Amino acid sequence: MKKRDRTPKTYTRLTHPLVRDARDEPFRRATWDEALARAADGFRRTREAHGPDAFAMLSCARATNEMNYVAQKFTRVVMGTNNVDSCNRTCHAPSVAGLSAAFGSGGGTSSYEEVEHTDLVVMWGSNARFAHPIFFQHVLKGIRNGARMYAVDPRRTSTAEWAESWLGLNVGTDIPLAHAVGREIIHAGLHNKAFIERATTGFDEYAELVEPWTLSLAEKVTGVPAAAIRDLAHAYATAERAQLCWTLGITEHHNGTDNVRALINLSLLTGHVGRYGSGVQPLRGQNNVQGGGDMGAIPNRLPGFQDILDAAHRVKFERAWGAAIQPRYGMTLTDMFEAMEHGELRAVYCIGENPAQSEADSEQAIRRLAALDHLVVQDIFLTKTAEMADVVLPATAAWAETDGTTTNSERRVQRVRAALTPPGEAREDIDIICEVAARLGHDWKFADSEAVWNELRALSPDHFGMTYDRLEEHQGLQWPCPDLEVLPSSFLHGRLWESDPALRGPAAPFGLVAHDPPVDLTDESFPIRLTTGRRLDSYNTGVQSGGYASPLRRGEYIELCPEDAERYGVVVGEEVRVSSRRGVVVAPVWVDPALRPGLAFMTMHFPDEVDTNQLTIEANCPIAGTAEFKASAIRIEKLPVAAVRS
Amino acid sequence: MTAIPLGVPRRLVEFTLDGQEARVPEGATILDACRAAGKDIPTLCQGDTLTPKNACRVCVVEVEGARTLAPACSRKAEAGMEVRTDTERARHSRKVVLELLASSVNLSTTPRAAEWIKEYEAKPDRFGPDAARVDEEPRVDNDLYVRDYDKCILCYKCVDACGDQWQNTFAISVVGRGFDARIAVEHDAPLTDSACVYCGNCVEVCPTGALSFKSEFDMRAAGTWNEAEQTETTTVCAYCGVGCNLTLHVQDNEIVKVTSPHDNPVTHGNLCIKGRFGYQHVQNRD
Repeated sequence: MKKRDRTPKTYTRLTHPLVRDARDEPFRRATWDEALARAADGFRRTREAHGPDAFAMLSCARATNEMNYVAQKFTRVVMGTNNVDSCNRTCHAPSVAGLSAAFGSGGGTSSYEEVEHTDLVVMWGSNARFAHPIFFQHVLKGIRNGARMYAVDPRRTSTAEWAESWLGLNVGTDIPLAHAVGREIIHAGLHNKAFIERATTGFDEYAELVEPWTLSLAEKVTGVPAAAIRDLAHAYATAERAQLCWTLGITEHHNGTDNVRALINLSLLTGHVGRYGSGVQPLRGQNNVQGGGDMGAIPNRLPGFQDILDAAHRVKFERAWGAAIQPRYGMTLTDMFEAMEHGELRAVYCIGENPAQSEADSEQAIRRLAALDHLVVQDIFLTKTAEMADVVLPATAAWAETDGTTTNSERRVQRVRAALTPPGEAREDIDIICEVAARLGHDWKFADSEAVWNELRALSPDHFGMTYDRLEEHQGLQWPCPDLEVLPSSFLHGRLWESDPALRGPAAPFGLVAHDPPVDLTDESFPIRLTTGRRLDSYNTGVQSGGYASPLRRGEYIELCPEDAERYGVVVGEEVRVSSRRGVVVAPVWVDPALRPGLAFMTMHFPDEVDTNQLTIEANCPIAGTAEFKASAIRIEKLPVAAVRS
Repeated sequence: MTAIPLGVPRRLVEFTLDGQEARVPEGATILDACRAAGKDIPTLCQGDTLTPKNACRVCVVEVEGARTLAPACSRKAEAGMEVRTDTERARHSRKVVLELLASSVNLSTTPRAAEWIKEYEAKPDRFGPDAARVDEEPRVDNDLYVRDYDKCILCYKCVDACGDQWQNTFAISVVGRGFDARIAVEHDAPLTDSACVYCGNCVEVCPTGALSFKSEFDMRAAGTWNEAEQTETTTVCAYCGVGCNLTLHVQDNEIVKVTSPHDNPVTHGNLCIKGRFGYQHVQNRD
């Protein structure tokens, strides 16, 4: 099978500011002064005419912690609103919400090293071998050290090749599976009674909730054989130490937060949390999506993950910043797009995000962005979103052209350092935000990224112990690190094991969540379940990964199992029409035996070639606002012969 | 490193190294002890992230009472042993190893090889021009890396890095037997038809430049590769959330190569295809 040579669209760097005098005119080059003045004027006009809540900031999970800190400070101090969010909304917001609800802190509980020294690894809805390859090397070390791995995924991924057992569940049936595992553990008497009694609440209600989910009912609903569910339950409950890892297969559902809670319940049931080698670990998908949330670039938390509703936290920040902070949560990215629809949101400052291509139901997202009065995009490329802007500000690439820090999946804050001189007139994000702030009457002087970091450290107890010097010395430190001398523990929530209730802190509640099938049901006209994900060599909307020549790249395909390909009479490379209830795309076929009949797979890596997000559904999680990228209903039709491109 | 349970404290082993008292933790190798004492022992096949393969034999030292020379990289220090690193016999052995290697393999891009050849007075030309082992053109079959087996010393580091020690892809193996043994992908196919996932972790450990990044290979061919002009900056990868550390090698404001720090707790010197090669987007400047 010859791979087609399809070079993805490559973007060139933005080198000077762009403005347009009217929406229907093309961009023209502008001076920094003009562009910044226009950006600031638009925000000022919006605030004066419609109040602070008509403004929203999309901060960037690619950029440094320092930039995210300044971006949320701009939103809260200069504009006076809490409407700040980032693409965490499209991936792991449910993990953060679920973990906070259970443990009061939104980070994975373990470090990578612990997965090398554990007895059981459950990879739930995660193809880490492709999406987090270097984390998976730690898992492989664990497997070589004798750990067993269980893979729970609708597709038999290359991660599953290493598994003791692969549980190929139907898309969107994670809660029944988790509940059945929980029920089996309780009925076999394998739950950790002492831990449940001391460190959790709501066990009786949970036991009642999972009671109906017998192995045979779960088999009917999830498609996983009862024996395999039972085996996983017993393996997880009897392991000395176990790590439960998940990614977007869990979170990108309309009830993603519930899914996360259902998994956390299993760790509470067995006491697999708060010990070395035992924990729950969401693997984050963007280099600084953890840090963006930690820095307060989310609508419900101040920097250091401090709740906005807590007056004591607000007062601390109000004193430091000399500005009043709204005592209510701002809009999530999802709310923002809905508010655009109703005309409540009129100005957006979008830094390094590409919602025109990354939002589910992208056509609707584009329509909503076009309706804004004022859109300022700050990016390194002229992305699809930037093409719609009134003002485009050329920024630097955070990871290679600025100094600062980022926070990874194991909560490790690490130094980022400038290696390249930025092109043309591009300027650093923080520098640009401060310039816009200055034009709105706020004169912030940060000497460098370290000055920003030190301001944050003074306000966030979790980060206080992390000076730049220490980060350098230890190759990164994991939060919480409140002390300048002591090294932090590698895992969170060890407190749950304290015998003294005062030290133990608040008990972790079981999440009482019910099964709720995907919104976009399959039926006779849309018989195939489409799920989405990542491939090894590509990334998100392809803006970054399109820039290099990967020998593995085949462009975008709709992947079907051999049986389905035969049933529809299609062969590899043949273009077919793929329709959902929202849109239609044409894509070539690829056959992948990892799939099962009735399940298709696509990515969003090549939106200029095949815009997968025209198919996906915007139904989203009411708690975290993450869309159901993982479950759409589609149909596949052969194209009439005349339409087949040679 | 973060605070971790350190396990049982290790005893110190005391032994004699070139007549000096040396004390190293139990389990340390002679090479570890030499490096701790500031002794410069040549090594080629030893990798700080890999289990010793004992393939190249340039690090041999003399152990009192042993019949043969011992490879310092894998021989564990034992209490009371007497080790001499710079004896006539060890030096002679290293000299012959360097002669055999340099006569049959192209060591032009092997760091320090020329220096060692001079130090041990090795004469690579003593076996004449017929000694070349492979004598083939570099294999350029993809845009990311080049395999130039004329430079391969069969140290097996790439086999280990691609195999069960790190990557677990098993794209690289040894084919042939005896003198015909060489490194290849399955069925000696082009890389693009193999299991290779282009992580470049084999290139990271290759000691001679037999495996090299295409960017470096092309620049060397054009005569523009200049390490003296390069800066090395360690930063964090811009793709997924694992947080791998990258060392960007920059020449004339262009990233020319990406490596990964070997002592880093996240990566241990490894990367995936995106982290290693996915940097081009920041330098598409016009």
